[in-house]
Amino acid sequence: MKQVRVQYFAMLREQARCSEETVGTSAATPAALYEELRRRHGFRLAGAQLKVAIDDDFAAWDSPLADGARVAFVPPFAGG
Amino acid sequence: MFRVSSAALDPDALRRELSAAGAGGFVTFEGRVRSHNEGREVRSLEYEAYGGLAEKEGEAILAEARGRFHLEAALCVHRVGHLQIGEIAVWVGVAAAHRGSAFDACRFIVDELKQRVPIWKKEHYAAGVAAWISPPAAPGDRPPA
Repeated sequence: MKQVRVQYFAMLREQARCSEETVGTSAATPAALYEELRRRHGFRLAGAQLKVAIDDDFAAWDSPLADGARVAFVPPFAGG
Repeated sequence: MFRVSSAALDPDALRRELSAAGAGGFVTFEGRVRSHNEGREVRSLEYEAYGGLAEKEGEAILAEARGRFHLEAALCVHRVGHLQIGEIAVWVGVAAAHRGSAFDACRFIVDELKQRVPIWKKEHYAAGVAAWISPPAAPGDRPPA
């Protein structure tokens, strides 16, 4: 079991009812972690609609997930 | 420089940050909160940013613009927080030796910003409801199954 810090923004933040949380998980990748959290929080966005960032850099969904990582699930942007 | 600001944007102050003796052309863009979107009356907009990554991506866009358009200087600031109609949501200023590259670079920066910088907006409608705006998703590099 590792501990990761997860950050949420916009609609994910509202659905999770928090902007970040520390999660104990055995997920090996951000993709597996998102599916876990999606079940827990009832996120309506599918992983395919999001990007993922690890430690403030965009990362691949199948990157290894290290203990202590800071993971952000990033909904489609709408700036400007 | 790219930054995210929770304070109202002051175009005069921003313009003063961009003085460049070699710049004969100076183009600015103000993106403002408008009162309607896709047929709905909008009362206000809420902007939220992923701070660390937004500033990193914003800086990367400005660096690309400087290389591509030979700019003397470039600055882009995006608001976060709850904005009212008419408030400035994004401000871009570019200074270049000649007007052509200043116009082109300004447009490039705004267009790239919308595609690449993790910022979200929630529209609050006159009818009392609110919704996060989701443009057609840019597909992730490897979506989960």
